[in-house]
Order: sequence, then C-alpha cells, then structure tokens
Amino acid sequence: MREIYFDNAATTRVRPEVAELMMKVMTEDYGNPSARHIMGLKAEKYIKTAREQIARTLRVDPKEIYFTSGGTESNNLALIGTALSRQRRGRHIISTGIEHAAVYKPLDLLREQGFEVTILPVDEKGHISLEDLRAAIRPDTILVSLMYVNNEIGSIEPIAEAGRIIKEANPECYFHTDTIQAYGKLRIRPREEHIDMLSVSAHKIHGPKGAGFIYISDKARLHPIILGGGQERDMRSGTENVPGIAGLGLAAELYYREHDANVKRLISVRDRLIDRLSVMEGVRVNTGKDEGFAPQIVSASFSGVRAEVLLHALEDRGIYVSSGSACSSNHPAVSGTLRSIGLESSLLDSTLRFSFGLYSEPEDADICADVLSELLPMLRRFVRR
Amino acid sequence: MFYHSFLIKYAEIGTKGKNRYIFEDALMHDIRHKLDKVEGEFAIQKEQGRIYVNAKTEYEYGDVIDALQRVFGITSICPMMQIDKCDYEELRQRVLEFVKEEHPEQSFSFKVHARRADKHYPVNSDIINADVGYDILCAYPEARVDVHHPDFIVYIEVRQKINVYTRVIPGAGGMPMGTNGKAMLLLSGGIDSPVAGYMIAKRGVVIEAVYFHAPPYTSERAKEKVVELARLVARYSGPIKLHVINFTDIQLYIYEQCPHDELTIIMRRYMMRIAERLAEADDCIGLITGESIGQVASQTMFSLRVTDEVCELPVYRPVIGFDKQEIVDLAEKIGTFETSILPYEDCCTIFVAKHPVTKPNLKSIQKSEKKLAERIDELFEKAIESDEIIWCDK
Repeated sequence: MREIYFDNAATTRVRPEVAELMMKVMTEDYGNPSARHIMGLKAEKYIKTAREQIARTLRVDPKEIYFTSGGTESNNLALIGTALSRQRRGRHIISTGIEHAAVYKPLDLLREQGFEVTILPVDEKGHISLEDLRAAIRPDTILVSLMYVNNEIGSIEPIAEAGRIIKEANPECYFHTDTIQAYGKLRIRPREEHIDMLSVSAHKIHGPKGAGFIYISDKARLHPIILGGGQERDMRSGTENVPGIAGLGLAAELYYREHDANVKRLISVRDRLIDRLSVMEGVRVNTGKDEGFAPQIVSASFSGVRAEVLLHALEDRGIYVSSGSACSSNHPAVSGTLRSIGLESSLLDSTLRFSFGLYSEPEDADICADVLSELLPMLRRFVRR
Repeated sequence: MFYHSFLIKYAEIGTKGKNRYIFEDALMHDIRHKLDKVEGEFAIQKEQGRIYVNAKTEYEYGDVIDALQRVFGITSICPMMQIDKCDYEELRQRVLEFVKEEHPEQSFSFKVHARRADKHYPVNSDIINADVGYDILCAYPEARVDVHHPDFIVYIEVRQKINVYTRVIPGAGGMPMGTNGKAMLLLSGGIDSPVAGYMIAKRGVVIEAVYFHAPPYTSERAKEKVVELARLVARYSGPIKLHVINFTDIQLYIYEQCPHDELTIIMRRYMMRIAERLAEADDCIGLITGESIGQVASQTMFSLRVTDEVCELPVYRPVIGFDKQEIVDLAEKIGTFETSILPYEDCCTIFVAKHPVTKPNLKSIQKSEKKLAERIDELFEKAIESDEIIWCDK
C-alpha cells in the first residue's frame, strides 16, 4: 500500500540533504556560536550562511532576518514586540477573522492589556475586502496583521495591495503578515509589498521542527519578547539552534531554487484532486483553482460524514489528511475560518484538509479520490441521528 | 529523617482464621511487586502477625509511601525507628531524640501509647507511658498531653525488637490482590469504568479488561487512552490483561437492522455477551461495569435488567449507587480522571439515537435482535477472533 501523506500544511518530511547537514552540525560542528574559539566560529558560519540563503529568497538584507523557534514565536514577537515598542503612538491593531491561533491568541492578550483590535471579515472565498481595510485604518493604528495564505482553505490575501493601502493611509503603521503557509509556495517581496514583518516556520518547507525566522524591515523597531544573552542582535536571546537554522537555510534555498517547478507540481496535484472532488456527490470544495488560492491546500466538505471518521477511514488506507487545521485539531472547537467563510453549520464538522508537498504526485490525488468515492457511500449509511 | 523501617498494618486479614497465612503471603507478594518498581532495596518480613519493610539501601521516601499506598490490604503505613532491646534509660533517651527529629515544632499535644508484648521486659507499659511523657514535657515546655485528641501519638512497642513511631499514614484498605478470584472489566474511555475496576480490585480481585474498538469511528488515540487507563488502574491492581475487540461490524449490523432507539441497549447486550465469552475462556468468574443507575438511558433500572438478561455470570457494578460527582472524586483520587476526560470518542458515543429508550421492554428487544439472526453469529465469532491482547502495567 502506497502511503499518501496529504498533511503537508501540518508538517512536512525533512529533506535528506537537510537532515544530513543537521547531523553534521550536531555531531561535528556543535560549538556555541558565541564561543571565542574556532568551534564557535564554525557554528557562526552556518548561521551566517542560512541568513544569506533566506535573505536571497526574499530579496532583503540578511540583517533583516532573525532566527526564532518557529512560526508561533515569530508571530508572537511581531505582535507583542510591536505593541510594546509602539504603544505610546497608539493602541489600535487590525487583523482578520481567519488568523491562526499564533496570531489571535496574542491579540487576545493585547486586548486584555487595553489595545483595541479591529477584526476584518472575509468573503465566502476567505478574502478580506481592501475597502474594509482602508476604512479601518486610523491615525492611532500601529499594526495591521494579515495572513498571507490561510492554513485551512488556502486562500491568498491581497497582501501587496493591502501594503500599499496601509502605507498610504498611515505611513507610520507597521504591516505584519503570517507567511507560514505562503513561504516557499509563493514569491514574496517584502519591500515591494510594503511588508515590515513576516513570520516563517522551517518545518512547513521540508525543514526541521523547532526553527523559523522573522523578517523585520530595517525601518521597523520592535521590542524583544525573549530577553537574555543578546543573540540575534538582541532581538531574540538564547543560544542559537544551529542545526535547526542550518537546516532551515538549506531547505529554503532548495525550495526556492526550483520554485517554479515545485509550484507547478503542487498545482497539478491540487487541481487533479479538486477536479475529482467537484464531480462527487455531496462534496463541496472550499478551495478554488484560481490565483486567489495557494498551490498546496485543498479544503473540502463531505455532507453526511463526520470529518474525524472519514479521516480515520482514510488513515486505514494509508492516506493521511487532517480535519480542519491540524494545529487546532487538539481542541475540538470548530474552525474559525470555516465559519468565517460562511460554511453551512452542518458541514463544519465534515470538512477535511488535503495539503501537498514536494513528495506528492498527481497520481496520489487520483488514489485519494478513488478511495474517497469508495468510502463515502459506505460511511454515509451510518449517519448519527 | 531517614526511616530504616516501615510497619505495615492490615485489618481484615486478621479475621480470616486458617486462611490468614494465604492473605498475608498475598499481601507480602504485592508489597514486593510494588516496591520492585521503586529505587532501592527492601527486605519484607513477617513476624507475629505484622509485616515490616526494612530498607537495605537509600531510597526516596515519597516514592516508597506512594507505592505502599497502592497496595490493597494495607490499612496503615508507619515509618518507624526500630531498635534492639536495650536498657530502659537508653530507650527513653532514644525515644526523645526520635520525637525531636520528627516534631521540630514547639507547641503540640500528644500522648504516649506503649505496649509490652514481651512481658520479660523489666518495665511495664504504664510506667513507660508516664516516663516518656515526662521526658517530652521537660524537653518541650509548650507541649501538653491530650489523651483524647492529641496531635500525635508516640507508639512504643516492645517486642523482639522495639518499634517507635508517631506517624500513621493511611493505606488503600481492601483485601490483598489475588485472594478473591478474577473478573472481567468492561473498560470504556470514560470516567466510570476505571473507577469500577479499581473498586473491585480493591477487594482482592484480579482484573482483566475488555475494550470495544470501532475503527474508523474510534481512533487509535481513543485506544491508546484506554490502554493508558488500564495502566493507571494497574498501578493498584497489578498487571491487567486488556482485550481489544473490533466491534465495528457488529455495531454497523445492529444499526442497519434494528430500531435506532434500541441501538445502545442492543449494543450493550452484545458487549456483555462478548465479555462473558472472553471471561469464561480466562477463568473470570464475574463481569464488572461502571454503570450507575439512571446516569444515561442504557443505565436505567429497566435497561440494566435487559442488559443482564444475556449473561449468566454475575455483573458487579460497584459505582451503581454513586452520583457522578462521587465517581469523579474517586477518579481524581486514584489518578484516572485527567486521562478519562481526554476528548476522543468511544464506540458508545458514536451511534447514539437522539432519544434512546429509557424503559426498554425485554420482549421487544429480543424481537429486534431476531432481525440479526442471519449474520450475527458469524460477526460475533469474527469479533472474538479480532481479540488483540495488551498487557498493561506501570
């Protein structure tokens, strides 16, 4: 039985080249980058290389890349760090109703601390309205945080236009975007898109867990949230995760080196699955094939079947997917994104996410669709009444 | 304070006449089993109706108490000073030092309770009580004697050796493991069944368990959770042989053939039948469930009567008269609650009718089950064959 891993938005398999490099760092070049001896210098070089590799993918200055423990920390730093450094200018923040918990939980904290947060609604495809955004920006708005690609349905937000509007309306306002699902799959140009900060996680691009970075434009001033030995130019203290950072740098370079081919492959898998799903009875595909959607995610709702049951039935056939978003699947609370796009309430608990990676093949989409058409009629016989 | 010895007290065993040694041996065996999992080496000795645990190496006090508190049959655990028989003045001196170490606080009430089992010892218990009491009062000007409700009692037992202790730590109570046969527990992922298993195990009954797995309707995580619950109960009961039965086909067949308001009750009847078959194969002489009257539709008096009808073995339901909160309290005490409330569905919660029957009629249920005649025997045997055995121990 071929194992089909369609849960790449949750995490990806580490590339062998990346694992090999990390192994070398852990067992041979394991020095502390702050050490004054040659071992420290060797370790520092891995970090320098990774910083340059990443900066090239975004066309930014290596000095604008700060390594963190991953996407969640980067988001926390962007939001809380901005709030701490800019609170005297204003206490208003704008975000959306489809953000990941790593954004909305820090926003909850800031709200408790007296910040005002405006939440922009999204349409049935998961996109915000630029008019809403323009209307929401005020002189005391210090930060707008918009997701680049939604982790549950794959919608792409109009980031470049949003960036322009924000800077027109209030040049002092910072613009942060959560690019955890977007990085690698889209070409992102922070300077052209007026992005001040963006968050990335290594393990979504076939890199290791526990590593990530935040891009902070040299114009933006943030207050660090992790204090200590002053690593990462005081922005993020703590001994650097050298193997993780080295792995992240290499994974990023490799992903972008063959960017066009990778995206083409992802889209071919995505479109194959969408084509097959759209003709099935009682299936609603929540993801589009147009440019408003990312290449690696398909969300679909299966009427009359509980997502978790379908997930386990697929698992039994060697196909791994997730219900809603894996990161929030530990809490059976129903997804905010699916509710925000106006999905009928009967489908909220019947929605699966299929997400692809560099090891996915279009044939996998066919197998997956075949198995679904076999399972669905069987599972629908047993509906909870 | 480092205690070299613990006095283990047990109550009910003393009343078992000629079987007493069987119970004592079982108790010692279980103490040995529990202490084997704790760091350190211990000697366990039986002497004139008491059990002593003597430490032969360093050990972690908290771990030893925790282990002994999970041995059924122990009523209390007394960490003590055990000394060879010595001259009376020296005894007074040693007792006073011991009290000083155990009770550095200055103000307390106490009494002295001496027992002279060895009548050859030159001083009788009344005099020991008076002298030791006097010594303590002299050493602690703020202390006072209270014979009715003292903060602590200084016990001095003059036997082959002399035992001195002031702390009496409650044990788990119950009967030593393995002295009352074996029973099969129907273990779900809920709060009640682990508590039920614990309560029957406490009476010395060895526990086996059966879990009904319904993939893909229940997940691997739900099964892992049940294994973990069995392990948690095994901390008290000793290793549990857990049977995992694939119940999906039977469940689906019932769903297709029978009225939906009777699903749960018919499903319960098949679970009981399977449990009984497994029980008999493994010499279990009873079934255990976590049912409590009226908690859900399948646990009304009417439903229980209908469920019971399918099996010959007695069904023990130790939490039958408990309110939910009482069961929760016990689950928290024995440490299963946190695991029980993990949110994975078990097969009882998947195919539930909106309005299940609360007063099922036996005739009508039997009539519904006739609709299963065609395939149920085959599916039943298939379910029995699916038995996956997992030994759960911690």
